[in-house]
Amino acid sequence: MSMPTYLGMPAFPEAAAEALANPQLRRNLAHATGTIRTKRAAAVAELTDWDELRAAAKAIKDHTLANLDHYLLQLEEKVTAAGGQVHWADGAAEANAIVASLTRAAGTDTVVKVKSMATQETGLNEALAAEGITAIETDLAELIVQLGRDRPSHILVPAIHRNRAEIREIFRREMPDAPAGLTDDPAELAAAARSHLRRAFLSATVGVSGANFAIAETGSLVVLESEGNGRMCLTLPETLISVVGIEKLLPSWRDLEVFLALLPRSSTAERMNPYISTWTGVRPGDGPRAFHLVLLDNGRTTALADKIGRQALRCIKCSACLNVCPVYERVGGHAYGSPYPGPIGAILTPQLRGMSSAADQALPYASTLCGACYDVCPVAINIPEALVHLRSLAVDSRRHARFQTDFPAERLALGAVAWTLRGRRRLAFAQRAASASRKLFGASGSAAWTRRLPLLGGWTRTRNLPVPPPESFRAWWARTRQDDASPDSPPEIAPGLPSPGTAPRQTGSGTADE
Amino acid sequence: MSDWARPGSPGAAVSRERVLGRVRAAIGRAQGAERDVAAEYAALPRGYLRAHHDPAEHDIVALFAERAADYRAVVESVTTAALPAAIARVIADRARAGGTGAWFAVPAGLPPGWLSRVADGTPGVRLAGDDPPLSALELDSCAGVVTGCALAIAETGTIVLDHGPGQGRRALTLVPDFHLVVVRHDQVAADLPDALAGLDPALPQTLISGPSATSDIELVRVEGVHGPRTLHVLIATADCQG
Ligand code: SF4
Repeated sequence: MSMPTYLGMPAFPEAAAEALANPQLRRNLAHATGTIRTKRAAAVAELTDWDELRAAAKAIKDHTLANLDHYLLQLEEKVTAAGGQVHWADGAAEANAIVASLTRAAGTDTVVKVKSMATQETGLNEALAAEGITAIETDLAELIVQLGRDRPSHILVPAIHRNRAEIREIFRREMPDAPAGLTDDPAELAAAARSHLRRAFLSATVGVSGANFAIAETGSLVVLESEGNGRMCLTLPETLISVVGIEKLLPSWRDLEVFLALLPRSSTAERMNPYISTWTGVRPGDGPRAFHLVLLDNGRTTALADKIGRQALRCIKCSACLNVCPVYERVGGHAYGSPYPGPIGAILTPQLRGMSSAADQALPYASTLCGACYDVCPVAINIPEALVHLRSLAVDSRRHARFQTDFPAERLALGAVAWTLRGRRRLAFAQRAASASRKLFGASGSAAWTRRLPLLGGWTRTRNLPVPPPESFRAWWARTRQDDASPDSPPEIAPGLPSPGTAPRQTGSGTADE
Repeated sequence: MSDWARPGSPGAAVSRERVLGRVRAAIGRAQGAERDVAAEYAALPRGYLRAHHDPAEHDIVALFAERAADYRAVVESVTTAALPAAIARVIADRARAGGTGAWFAVPAGLPPGWLSRVADGTPGVRLAGDDPPLSALELDSCAGVVTGCALAIAETGTIVLDHGPGQGRRALTLVPDFHLVVVRHDQVAADLPDALAGLDPALPQTLISGPSATSDIELVRVEGVHGPRTLHVLIATADCQG
């Protein structure tokens, strides 16, 4: 199964270390996740039966997954009956090839796209570019990311790592039709994006989307969005291609009464997001004349086969777990090296991509197992349970790997991160050492000697250490968690992490990146 | 076309069988094995409420008005008798803002009478039907669109279009920058379950909760990106309620 790893992607510990050294990123993230957390709690509290809705959602998804062949066939039949065409894609390359050839067949070399996790997962834009097809991202945040030649860092707000001044700079640099005198007022920036994209929408012949839900009983597809770019892509082009993971199915139209109550509140903290579009096949005189549904496996059946890992397929990509995660809030989305960041990414990515790379073996360790993600998850995915399970699989897969005698650097590194989080004195020591290095080496320095530090060395054996952040994790923890935890009681650490007593000595060679 | 993209081609059939085969292996089901999926589905727990505000105890039309306004739609209640005058007034205001030559798109099947007063309010304002269909560029140049709806949802402040008579095809309420929508009081459902049960999934549905919006820049909510930047809702109440 393939999910392209990000070009030059460092494994989580290194990427995390880099992110930690970026104070702008940390400020943006802390502001954003904090704001969403508060709003979401209010939106959820408004529904007195949240627990019942959550239980129903979990049961519906579990039932669908347990009978997935049945529902996939039903969906295929209904979509076909309504005038759509269904394609099955084993992996990313096939899905991309299908989209490329359908685009060609429609006689164009440009597609307009509405934000879709599935096509990020398959690396569709890059695959289309290789075929000479331009994919225009139309979601404001995706546009910011695309123009900034950047990667999304959050499922819901992909440009969460950019502030308004940075966005204005990107627009002025990359958007030829940006108005002169564009300020960094978000309303002005949004208006610039509106006029920039309007021409593309009005002339588009092929639209590409994902879907939040696919209803087996009726063959209907459902897309939730806010800006109207989704409606544009789903409505105006003559050909619509939707790439949808096979886990997105719901048995019946009626099930939307559960998921439309849970998803907007859990993701954007709204009672309902501005626009929801549903469509079934094609409708003469209204919208696209051709509809193609590409059903994507790409590792999902591997996850489905794992009784514990399977629950990750219930995910409705609300991103609530990102916003409560102390590790995500600290390191941001890029460190996870996958379109799926945060707690869900830590359990979904290794299952979709397989555990063969060091980066993916490291992901299940990108967590303190504090359990906040499980508490907020609207489909009750027990992320800590899945993490512990995947950690054991990572160890097994290492045992069978050819470099079996070498202790996995990423695992050690993340163990060290967690160990550092846990122990007050160790943390204080590491920070003293790190900030000392900062003083010694100035703003742009890097410190080769930190490789000898007992804790930080594991992060950095293949790279120089970025300048340590002015605000340490511990200080941040104390500042932002005053209500629920004292600085001396960081989150629980799971059993199974390398403890300081048993961590093997580091040797000078054999990190998995090399 | 590559082999994969052609349904019925050997490549496509192989992928289909491979994916289905892996699904069956993963869930431990043999093809065609007996199971009662419908019975399993019917037994799923649904302990949640059918409505968070019981219509017997709450004024759900008022709740709809309040919640639609929460998302910065412009919401007004008028009696059914006063509706044509209200529509004329809203269009006149918008036409003035749009300058000379402002015209409005109108779907087929609007109740007769709704637009009867428009000419009084704004002499010279043009109403354009969508037959033959207006092009996307034409829609982009109109001052707005006037429609009815299929139903509304009080709990979430949502308007639902099923693009039937009086609502137009989807592009009609998408490309123009201004959408005036009329909701009859008897079209307001209390909550999602009743609303969804009243919709036909075979039709395209558009659920609208406030004007288009984004929070992508520092989570600051900005109304109006690609959809209509102004959503004006007229709730037609029963005449006797005044
Ligand atoms: S795992 Fe749960 S909380 Fe996280 S994105 Fe998925 S549904 Fe949302």
